[in-house]
Amino acid sequence: MSYDKRNDGRGFDDCRPMEAKAGIVKSASGSASFKIGETVAFATVQGPRDLYPKFLKNPKKGKIRVFYQMMPFSGVGGRIRPGPNRRAKEISMVTAKAFEEVLCLEDFPNAVVDIYIDIPQADAGTRCAGISAASIALADAGIRMTEMVAGVAVGRTADKLLVDLDYSEEAHEEGATDIPIAVTSVTDKISLLQMDGDMTQKQLSEVLRKGIVACKAINEVQKAALKKGYEVA
Amino acid sequence: MESKLLIKERDVVIPGEELASGMDFLPSEGTYRLENSIYSKVMGLVKVDGKVLKVRALRGGYLPKRNDTVIGKVTDIMSAGWFIDIFSPYNSLLPLKEGSSDFIQRGADLTRYYDIEDFVVVKILSVNAQKQVDVTIKGPGLRKLKGGRLIKINSQKVPRVIGKQGSMINLIKENTGTQVTVGQNGIVWIKGEDPLMENLAEKTIRKIEAEAHIPGLTDRIGEWLKDQVGGKK
Repeated sequence: MSYDKRNDGRGFDDCRPMEAKAGIVKSASGSASFKIGETVAFATVQGPRDLYPKFLKNPKKGKIRVFYQMMPFSGVGGRIRPGPNRRAKEISMVTAKAFEEVLCLEDFPNAVVDIYIDIPQADAGTRCAGISAASIALADAGIRMTEMVAGVAVGRTADKLLVDLDYSEEAHEEGATDIPIAVTSVTDKISLLQMDGDMTQKQLSEVLRKGIVACKAINEVQKAALKKGYEVA
Repeated sequence: MESKLLIKERDVVIPGEELASGMDFLPSEGTYRLENSIYSKVMGLVKVDGKVLKVRALRGGYLPKRNDTVIGKVTDIMSAGWFIDIFSPYNSLLPLKEGSSDFIQRGADLTRYYDIEDFVVVKILSVNAQKQVDVTIKGPGLRKLKGGRLIKINSQKVPRVIGKQGSMINLIKENTGTQVTVGQNGIVWIKGEDPLMENLAEKTIRKIEAEAHIPGLTDRIGEWLKDQVGGKK
């Protein structure tokens, strides 16, 4: 049996419905929420600010730190133990790396920008939603960056190539491959690429192309969220 | 290739948004060139100055610049001078020589001049590549602050609060009869005989901060202030 029709009825190259909002946390330098289907991410940016302990400082360029965390009630199963774990640390690291190239870090040597990503509701693709939200939050914080970054998961369920897998597709009984990617908005560079599963070389390049197209749609949602509230009557 | 401007003056743009194509335009503050096009680096308002494109940030923290007048707080006293927190990621030093025109004896009690937690209006003398900041208190308008109240505003909105040649700030001073000092770092000091007028000045500054991106600001604020003052009398 193959996977002929997606569980929620959308097309194979379609993302789930998206919703984004900038400036949700007043006390932060910048903040945003990003919702894609049932996956929700909150991103909060603090800084640039002074960095301690002092030995972490880099006198040539600024630093970015990401703190990814799933909230205790975010999963479909039991309580998720809060706090840093192996998975959260990995996602924090790859997210920080996804932004390093686009941020103008030389603007704030010796200082740090902290990004807090919280996932209140998870239905696969949380690191990608986190990246999409963090990108809006960084722009909202007025931090200089050459381009925006959007994240989406692509992959394979049974024999079909899909964009933006949800949890039922990621955990499909006939096997699935999950490839979270992040794409920059101007140069279409891939700043995050991970893969859990297997697929042929041909399938991979095809699915990546689909992912880049999907990220363009996410960019539009990010842009609309940032510009909301600044319309001049 | 023909050059084309893709945006209008005062449009709100996000990082990575294309501003112009072709080689006839020049990138300036907040923009960069990539191949044939000019893109924004920051979320903000576009300024078209002939062929030069600029983007002024809408939000973002204060980064120290030479010759800026800022309001800071004395956080520590060392033998070399006073440490001043200028509400940016970087601390600043007010050296002994720049602190007073008196001759200060070695080992003298420096709290006689400025004590910890005093607020001072200082000018930035120099900022080096590692963002070490030196300030001075010698100069017109630079002083220790006594009484009054301090409020913090978005530092990117400071030019709007001051207005062209100080038109906006004079408007506030004349209508409310208060003394107002605005630091480039977004700290505003207000002092007046009448606490109600202090309230009004604060409210006005908050209003300017919220409406800074809408054209016709000075006229609108002028009328609003007249209404408010008229209502109080």
